[in-house]
Amino acid sequence: MRADLALIHHWVPDGARILDLACGDGTLLDALARDKGVTGYGLEIDPEGITACVEKGVNVIEQNLDDGLANFDDDACDLVIMTQALQALRRPDLMLDEMLRVAGECIITFPNFAFWRHRAYLGFKGYMPVSKTLPHAWYDTPNIHLSTFNDFERLCRDKGLIITDRAVGNGGGEGNWTTRLWPNLFGETAIFRVSRRAQ
Amino acid sequence: MPEFASDSVGLVTPQTAHFDAPLALACGRTLSNYALVYETYGTLNAERSNAVLICHALSGHHHAAGYHSAEERKPGWWDAHIGPGKSIDTDRFFVVSLNNLGGCHGSTGPTSVNPESGRLWGPDFPMVTVEDWVHSQARLADQLGIERFAAVVGGSLGGMQVLQWTLAYPERIANAVVIAATPKLSAQNIAFNEVARQAIRSDPEFFEGWYAEHDTVPKRGLKLARMVGHITYLSEDAMGSKFGRDLRSDDLNFGFDVEFQVESYLRYQGDTFSTSFDANTYLLMTKVLDYFDPAASHGGDLARALAPASCPFLVVSFSTDWRFTPSRSRELVNALIRAGKRVSYANIDSPHGHDAFLLPEPRYRAVFAGFMDRVARDLDLEGH
Repeated sequence: MRADLALIHHWVPDGARILDLACGDGTLLDALARDKGVTGYGLEIDPEGITACVEKGVNVIEQNLDDGLANFDDDACDLVIMTQALQALRRPDLMLDEMLRVAGECIITFPNFAFWRHRAYLGFKGYMPVSKTLPHAWYDTPNIHLSTFNDFERLCRDKGLIITDRAVGNGGGEGNWTTRLWPNLFGETAIFRVSRRAQ
Repeated sequence: MPEFASDSVGLVTPQTAHFDAPLALACGRTLSNYALVYETYGTLNAERSNAVLICHALSGHHHAAGYHSAEERKPGWWDAHIGPGKSIDTDRFFVVSLNNLGGCHGSTGPTSVNPESGRLWGPDFPMVTVEDWVHSQARLADQLGIERFAAVVGGSLGGMQVLQWTLAYPERIANAVVIAATPKLSAQNIAFNEVARQAIRSDPEFFEGWYAEHDTVPKRGLKLARMVGHITYLSEDAMGSKFGRDLRSDDLNFGFDVEFQVESYLRYQGDTFSTSFDANTYLLMTKVLDYFDPAASHGGDLARALAPASCPFLVVSFSTDWRFTPSRSRELVNALIRAGKRVSYANIDSPHGHDAFLLPEPRYRAVFAGFMDRVARDLDLEGH
């Protein structure tokens, strides 16, 4: 399992009702259903991903995230998860509002644009970074809203949201002391656990 | 021995089940006895756990797969999806496909004899509903010794029957596949049905439905009804790419005979249908469509109406279907989500409009087969 998914798996409470946005082939939901007895739905638009979910018995709904989550009631779930999709949305900020309307807590992962390799790529080569987490060229990338670890923290602060946990994913693991101390510089993948502001 | 493709169920023979217990209908009338004609494909396993029920659409019938004879030109109407190795794999599943009550292909309907009067039922045949159909299908399952279907599957009006199964007999259906359907008709859908009905009823040969006693058939009306219906089954693009503005001859002849290929096609479809389908049955089937609305008895709240359902659903729609658009399927999906039911939904890109549900589009096949594979796996069904 991908490093960020392994960490999320660890964070999810038993029996939670989950919404997994951009659930891919359903690997995470399938594992969570078997290991933790969670229920819920994945949303996806990729045809192969949808078929793979159906084959696994994961509930998957073909739905474009840019259309919002209006078909889910307030507090319909306990937890909304979105891995590696925030940067591809038209309005990541509005999606964050939607996620915390549907559930009290959400987990979000995205590629950290301030990762030192990306900085070096842009700084020394003078080209838009291309890497394992950002494999596309600038003209055909679906990642239209790249951001940094710090950017996301600021957005949460501006919205008055509570960051209950944050971590970084690096290559195969969860990182070491450098990534914990300077996540914005050394974290390749940003992982946040966010709750609604205190009432 | 005739040769059939290796993924065909081959030669099939329809059977008839007779029922003597009266069936109380939603309209308040009762059928004292009736018959249902059906076909089966594959083998019922010892546990009787591998049965799949196929529910047909407006002009469908029991002949869903295979051939009635070596000479038959076309296989059953859903042969693309039923057979060895196909989405509904007859190496694993025992498939039951029937002609619904009120039909004109062998089951009791307007073309059968009314035992009380001794004459044909004709327009006197009671109005039936999706609820009545599902009730009668459950009785057929009883007679076949099937306590619980591994899946109930249907497209269009067939999908409505699947939905009704999940509400009326949740303990008897393990999985539901609802394709190109809707939880209720829109005003526009009903309007098209009404045009079709008026076409039939205003035909001078209709005789208030007693045409058989006048040794005639309201062919012109039935033809028109089918022509109107057929337009709603195809997408604008599909018609465009199939016919465009092609003419049958090189020049315009400035008259009202057939000039454009699309006119010729529609007339042919209408003519064929008008000699093979019963007008009273067509009227009845369109009313079955109009009446279906499980949310109506729950203040229009579909999510509340779905409360009894307990099985996983697969809902499929097609991008260019304008008879039952993808948004009609999403209406069902969203109500299922709101009701906390297990559901997966795929909207298949297809140029073929409503008719796409009959065709073997690759992505449609992959999702459908993937779902049925999971059904087989959950029920421990082995292919042989």
